[in-house]
Amino acid sequence: MSAPTTTTSPPRRADVAAPSGGVVKRRGRGRRLGKLSRTWWGLLLLVAAALAFIIPLYMLVTTAFKTNAEIYAWPMRFFPSEFTWSNLRTAWEVAPFDAFIKNSVLVTLIGSVAKVILAVFTAYAFAFLPFPGKKGLFLVMLGALMVPGHVTLLVNYITIGNLGLINTYAGLILPGVASAFGTFLLRQHFMSLPGEVFEAAELDGAGHFRTLRSLVVPMSVPAIATVALVAVIDEWNSFVWPLIITNSVNMRTLPIGLMYLKANDGVTAWGVLMSGTLIVVLPMLLVFLFAQRYIVTGLTGAAAGGGR
Amino acid sequence: MTGLATSTAHSTPRMSATYRKRHRRGVALFALFAFPNLALIGVFAYWPVLENLYLSLTRWDFIGPAPLFVGLENYAQLFTSATFVDVLRITLIWVVVVVGVSLVLGIALASLFSMKLPGTTLVTGIVFAPHVIAGAAIAAVWLFIFDPNYGLARVLFNAVGLSSPSWITDAKWALPALLIVSIWKGVGFVSIVYLAGMQGMPSDVLEAARLDGANRWQLFRRIILPLLSPTTFFLVITQTIGAFQAFDVIAVMTGGGPASATTTLSWFIYDQAFNRSNVGYSAAAGTVMFVLLMAITILQFRFVERKVHY
Repeated sequence: MSAPTTTTSPPRRADVAAPSGGVVKRRGRGRRLGKLSRTWWGLLLLVAAALAFIIPLYMLVTTAFKTNAEIYAWPMRFFPSEFTWSNLRTAWEVAPFDAFIKNSVLVTLIGSVAKVILAVFTAYAFAFLPFPGKKGLFLVMLGALMVPGHVTLLVNYITIGNLGLINTYAGLILPGVASAFGTFLLRQHFMSLPGEVFEAAELDGAGHFRTLRSLVVPMSVPAIATVALVAVIDEWNSFVWPLIITNSVNMRTLPIGLMYLKANDGVTAWGVLMSGTLIVVLPMLLVFLFAQRYIVTGLTGAAAGGGR
Repeated sequence: MTGLATSTAHSTPRMSATYRKRHRRGVALFALFAFPNLALIGVFAYWPVLENLYLSLTRWDFIGPAPLFVGLENYAQLFTSATFVDVLRITLIWVVVVVGVSLVLGIALASLFSMKLPGTTLVTGIVFAPHVIAGAAIAAVWLFIFDPNYGLARVLFNAVGLSSPSWITDAKWALPALLIVSIWKGVGFVSIVYLAGMQGMPSDVLEAARLDGANRWQLFRRIILPLLSPTTFFLVITQTIGAFQAFDVIAVMTGGGPASATTTLSWFIYDQAFNRSNVGYSAAAGTVMFVLLMAITILQFRFVERKVHY
């Protein structure tokens, strides 16, 4: 790879294909040129990478508002000339999207709030309260992160069935609110808070509830936001659990609702399916847009624990 | 100083009485704060593992009065059935390709991002975005892209003078289609983790190698890649665990078909239980998945302790 040609001759168009060539011994001008061409190649690749991810999303958005005449035209009408709401309207006629949206919003909100509350209280307990065998208990809790979620589906379905909660909101939400990863993250954060503050609070006679509410929580807003955002994304996108635990159309959540827009045989109405898909995608893209930093740190951390 | 501290804390009986009282209240409060969550974890994470193990030794259809104990019959049936061997083969292909390609593309993207060119922040956001989108939605979009008559794939195939295959209904093309979607969804995440690993690398080591005359490839191969091995290891483990459980893309795009061309272990477990009511059989397959993933997780702990580097 240390191509001798690049070290002796000034870089031409031809050897930019091997931008890794010996930058080391070039004279000033050649070195600058080599760096410049590398920058151009880098930018080109950067644009290519971006396009590979934007184009499918572009297809999604445009197709949702294209007329059928333009969707089923060949050569492909990459830039639509007409705008229509009819796909969205048809989606509502084919399946009860009002109900899907309501179910998704309810499950996501209640599920995430419950999960965060449980995580905050559990984390506070593990960080500041005494309990015999606390360390062992913490390890047992962390062990739950290793249990693969897919293996628990069958028994959880049976458990929820025994509780008589199949096809209910409680059944949709309950198994998802247990929080091991969020508890772990918050507990680590709580432990890092300055101890003097708590001593002062204790001398003031503040009880644990007050310490939690007026000290610990306000000092941990970013960490709690991270846990909350990860929970919201998980709940909203959740697929297999809502699929098995609901059985009537009106109890389905949005990701399952998409299945009703897909033709079981023959040609799918792409415009209709894309407009439904857009409803699933848009809220999370907006959340991501406004809270990218929390989400990236949260999700990269959550990967260690399979989202539990 | 210390003497004073201990005497105030423990020696006077009055203090120790209040201390004990406070300790008791703390213990009670711990139970109040932590037990609801711990109980849920017990019921919905630990109990399923045990009960699944038991169910795998029974025959049941959800409806009959109780599961009938049949010993190891389900396992015997699993490992002698050609279908299940095929399921394991497809799962292996799935995991190896998804994890392998995601890691190679991810590290390439991360290297590109680490050049700190203008616009990099925006592109990292774009590349990461599919990770926050529902797998079902991504599957729907790619279902359209793979439409042999009106999809984007046709544009690409026509451009090189071929006609697009019927990806989803052709047993040869269905698995590659799903692999593409799965990699597309996950590669951004991998690249961000690698990028974080690269940014955490000691800059003096890189600078020293550069001064010694290492070219970019040597730098990457001999310095960066070995320094990234803990990151690689973390990614291999977590991505493997994730790939094993991939479900929504398969469910929306192919439903395990055509025939059983895209039936991975995760689809098989679902299909046996919820489409065919073979509870015991599904539980046995679930136990197989549990054992495989446990083995991988234990591997992770053994290696992380040793701090991989070379």
